[in-house]
Amino acid sequence: MESFTTHTGRVAPLDRVDVDTDQIIPKQYLKTIHRTGLKEGLFADWRHLPDGSPDPNFFMNHPQYADATILLTRDNFGCGSSREHAPWALLDYGIRAILAPSFAEIFYNNCFQNSILPIVLEARDIQRLFDHVCADDRFELTIDLAAQTITTPQNSTFRFSIDPFRKQCLLQGLDAIGLTLQREQAIADYEARRTRDAPWLFQDLCS
Amino acid sequence: MAIQTLFDKIWAPHVVHEGSDGTTLLYIDRHLIHEVTSPQAFEGLKLAGRRPRRPGATLAVPDHNVPTTDRSLGIADPLSRIQIQTLEQHCADFGITMFSMHDVRQGIVHVIGPEQGLTLPGMTIVCGDSHTSTHGAFGALAFGIGTSEVEHVLATQCLIQKRPRTMEIRVDGHVSPHCSAKDMILAIIGTIGTAGGTGYVVEYTGEAIRSLSMEGRMTLCNMSIEGGARAGMIAPDETTFSYIKDRPMAPPAHLWTQAVHQWEELRTDPGAAYDRVVTLQGEDIAPQVTWGTNPGMVAGVDGVVPDPRSFSDAETRDATARALDYMALTPGTAIVDIPIDRVFIGSCTNSRIEDLRLAASYFQGKRVAPGVQAMVVPGSGLVKKQAEDEGLDAVFRAAGAEWRESGCSMCLAMNADVLEPGERCASTSNRNFEGRQGKGGRTHLVSPAMAAAAAVTGHFVDIRHWA
Repeated sequence: MESFTTHTGRVAPLDRVDVDTDQIIPKQYLKTIHRTGLKEGLFADWRHLPDGSPDPNFFMNHPQYADATILLTRDNFGCGSSREHAPWALLDYGIRAILAPSFAEIFYNNCFQNSILPIVLEARDIQRLFDHVCADDRFELTIDLAAQTITTPQNSTFRFSIDPFRKQCLLQGLDAIGLTLQREQAIADYEARRTRDAPWLFQDLCS
Repeated sequence: MAIQTLFDKIWAPHVVHEGSDGTTLLYIDRHLIHEVTSPQAFEGLKLAGRRPRRPGATLAVPDHNVPTTDRSLGIADPLSRIQIQTLEQHCADFGITMFSMHDVRQGIVHVIGPEQGLTLPGMTIVCGDSHTSTHGAFGALAFGIGTSEVEHVLATQCLIQKRPRTMEIRVDGHVSPHCSAKDMILAIIGTIGTAGGTGYVVEYTGEAIRSLSMEGRMTLCNMSIEGGARAGMIAPDETTFSYIKDRPMAPPAHLWTQAVHQWEELRTDPGAAYDRVVTLQGEDIAPQVTWGTNPGMVAGVDGVVPDPRSFSDAETRDATARALDYMALTPGTAIVDIPIDRVFIGSCTNSRIEDLRLAASYFQGKRVAPGVQAMVVPGSGLVKKQAEDEGLDAVFRAAGAEWRESGCSMCLAMNADVLEPGERCASTSNRNFEGRQGKGGRTHLVSPAMAAAAAVTGHFVDIRHWA
């Protein structure tokens, strides 16, 4: 997995609460058997008006956000379906970090699996950042994961919390499966013990 | 032994390793797989030269893309066809059992797990699908995961987790005989909000929960995720044990007594504390109808569409106005005055035999209203067969409703079952998000009884006063 250490990038605003993964990537784009090329489906229904023309009010239709790498949004971002296609589509568009007052849990997990950093900030700090973006549509932020800070061009700094294990995985770009496989003996010991205690759990499902 | 919640009693025996910061390697007993969220996981395994640790702990089934019409004709959409063929190939390559779409046991993954007896109390169960919370109805810890974690479970039979917080949601008393588990869970989500359960595992308790059948408990736990909780669970009891007994993948006779003995311990000890407690009174719950674009935007059928201006905070006001605009609804409209074009009875929430019996009882001797199209999609081939043995299909057909093959169908409209833009649907599914059932489609979530009554009248009705 690609590591995440520091990142500076333009901030795109998505001023809506409860953005669900059906909006991030609608179902017609889930038929792929690949992880890449999903940006075509990113917010596909919100990017276009009913007549198929681009919605001028949606951030993705503004040229200054074409190279945005940080998404600023509201509460409960990523609720609904567990589809990892949602972070894949965001990543494919170039998004590396998402700032919100809260995230839905499965989406939050899925971001870390894809080197996207989801950052939780107080609602009032999110509002301050929205004010900045409204005032300057080329507004950029610098994120330093090791220091757990976000810095504006005016040098004001926001601190954020993150689980230490997840932080380490991102900083080093660790392969989670590889980490678990280092405990293969513990898993085998567990299975042997558990087979004695609850043997029905280890009956193979057979056709 | 310390005082423990049901959750504690399932979590603890599944800990393979716990780090000093609480990061836990959790053992996964059962892994369910479908065609949409697994191809990239298998691809990852192959690229890394890894193999599934326990193929025998995994069951695969195509459900999201399958046609609900004549399957001998194959799948018209080439992308859907390729996705299902890819699942078949991966399962063949790695020795994973799969029920093909021509197998009578095929169905929605969260219907067939319990139906086959592979969902058992005390288990950890995962699937690349957020409605995996369904299986918590059996007193299991069951939750949805992303594709990277599907790969992780295939390779290691474990997941890296942090211990969640616990929430008790207690429904005291009794609900009206015209209300079902669907109305209970919609009322719960209306109370806690779509993010109220984020970070928690919910345990549903109370007299109204305890008196539910297994089908009702599955409906309830299924929508835990719509309240933000990855998992919801109900302590197992005699209702649970008698549902499981003699199912094909249930513990065999020589292990049954030992298993039940362990399962009987799976209940929250008196005095055990939850991190949060929410209580509702069953008698207060009316049949529910969603009016907005998330499941928390819900009202009793005797209510009205709310006025955005009635909300004090700006975000809720804006979200409500936006939802009403999408739904083409005017504040103050009585819920019973909302006309509908389509009816969908199905999904992992409400496609089990009890749901179909209930819906049929409302269709019996009646006709679908002129201009309304109604579709009934059983949750599995076996549910379909049982319904036909009971003559339910004849009731649906006589009323003018379509009787289909099993699958996820118009819950998420990945197959050919889709709403047209602007169509309004009474749906027994779980999500009323914008475009969920088809771009521009408008979804109202309801129980099977409410959906059937809406099909017959062409609008929502308060079934407590309807004959």
